[in-house]
Amino acid sequence: MGAFLQYTVIGLTVGSFYALVALGYTIVYGIIRLINFAQGDLSMVGAFLGWTLLVSFGFQRLPLYLALIIAFVVPMLGTAAVNIVILQFAYKPLLRKSLLAILITALGMSLLLQNTAELIWGPSIQAYPPNLLPSTGFFMGPVHVTYVQLALVFVSLLLMGGMVLFVQGTTVGTAMRALAVDHDAARLMGINVDGIIRLAFVLGAMLAAASGVMLGLYYVQIQFTMGFLLGLRAFTAAVLGGIGNIPGAMAGGMLIGLLESYTTGYLSGSWKDVIVFGVLITVLIVKPTGLFGERVAERM
Amino acid sequence: MALLEIHDLHVYYGNIEALKGISLEADPGQIAAILGGNGAGKTTTLRTISGLLRPRSGSITYGGKSLIGMEAHLIVAMGLSHVPEGRRIFGILTVEENLNLGGYLIRSDRKLVSERKASAYALFPRLAERRTQLAGTLSGGEQQMLAIGRALMSGPKVLMLDEPSLGLSPILARSVLKTVRQIANQGTAVLLVEQNARQALAIADRAYVIEVGRVVLEGEAATLAGDERVQKAYLGGFEAVGTG
Ligand SMILES: Nc1ncnc2c1ncn2[C@@H]1O[C@H](COP(=O)(O)OP(=O)(O)OP(=O)(O)O)[C@@H](O)[C@H]1O
Ligand SMILES: [Mg+2]
Repeated sequence: MGAFLQYTVIGLTVGSFYALVALGYTIVYGIIRLINFAQGDLSMVGAFLGWTLLVSFGFQRLPLYLALIIAFVVPMLGTAAVNIVILQFAYKPLLRKSLLAILITALGMSLLLQNTAELIWGPSIQAYPPNLLPSTGFFMGPVHVTYVQLALVFVSLLLMGGMVLFVQGTTVGTAMRALAVDHDAARLMGINVDGIIRLAFVLGAMLAAASGVMLGLYYVQIQFTMGFLLGLRAFTAAVLGGIGNIPGAMAGGMLIGLLESYTTGYLSGSWKDVIVFGVLITVLIVKPTGLFGERVAERM
Repeated sequence: MALLEIHDLHVYYGNIEALKGISLEADPGQIAAILGGNGAGKTTTLRTISGLLRPRSGSITYGGKSLIGMEAHLIVAMGLSHVPEGRRIFGILTVEENLNLGGYLIRSDRKLVSERKASAYALFPRLAERRTQLAGTLSGGEQQMLAIGRALMSGPKVLMLDEPSLGLSPILARSVLKTVRQIANQGTAVLLVEQNARQALAIADRAYVIEVGRVVLEGEAATLAGDERVQKAYLGGFEAVGTG
């Protein structure tokens, strides 16, 4: 029982990172029916931007709260800029043409980001400052929870909550949801559809970057390839929750995190991706709309 | 000079010429009906005016300014609102959210949004009872009311309606068209596309009859209602026609 709860804590922590990336997949998919395969790599870009600030620029020596604010906000903005460039130059020319072409372009963008990151930051593993955050924690019954875990989950929930409030509670958020059903009707409401698409790319990239910085803080080690598996796991989470469905993406992320943690704990770490992708394939075959999704991935 | 002037509009789908030189006008407080059979080019005309389609040639001027090449959302901002064919309400959103989107351009003025919503609900009390209902679960008539109410949220000077009576019972159709007349009476210029020629002519001031992309007849609605060719082609026989 103690072990189970311990795995649950780890699973929820990791799951919250996946949930953030999955949200990006789902927001972009909801609007332009594109699986933006570069989503995981955007997270990697965010992780490296954060690392550059903390380590190369030495911001780790600033007061902790200041260092953390900079290490989150700047990579989130920088990664958003990267995603906008990708949108304008790679996806936009294809938007009203072929979905297959744009999908393949997305795979290309994923590789482009990896290779560019390798050029800039090198092929070797880099390390986040290991002692930046306290490694202490507390016991909740038999379960050890670190303050870092608590803080990371808290920040993830904050970001996700903000996202839900924005999408459900504002007129611009309502417009984002309307784009999931009818672009032309949205134009007739005076909605700048291209502007909303850009907004979705900005938000998706910011969530991905935040998760990247959190991964760096949590696992310490980062590498230019880290976005690949992260992206696939988050994609699985998005599909599990019903792609296009925002609460679904968050729940899916948590579920994948838990699944991975239990597999690692009870079987072995080398089994976790087998299980996760087994889930992906099963969901796609048995219930392609996902656990919570009523919206079908009809055009993919 | 009319508020909205369309002159010699040519529109293509690929190589097919759907509009072969359409000219028409709309003025404040007036209803201009656009009549014609299936595939005549009525929807194409409205979609071109609202910027969803680009004409190959011709002019569209609104208050003396050209709308050609302008993006659809900016045309809405200039004061033209379009209730599209088939209503196109956002079924996954609530009635209230649909109206909010109709007021997208005035969203920062919360007071104005509430006022306009209140007048939409006053115009269509049935919508008021269904504020929180998903629009996709409304009846056809209610969806049409919502589509019109939503289009009014931006406070348009020109309202374009594409077959608002389609699929409605005769009673409901009459009531919707009566509402359109009320809207025009408050000073809005209305372009009304209808297959229901009798009822459209009854409320319209002017009318244009379109066939295969051309205006073949135009004039006062009352005159057209009495025209033998119109009666034969669109009013089904020689019965007497009530004119409004
Ligand atoms: N997206 C399209 N691609 C190709 N041709 C089209 C397209 N939309 C319309 N057309 C053609 O253009 C012509 C005019 O169509 P339009 O929809 O404007 O007619 P309409 O007068 O609105 O007819 P209805 O009363 O049936 O709605 C038709 O011949 C139609 O087949
Ligand atoms: Mg039509």
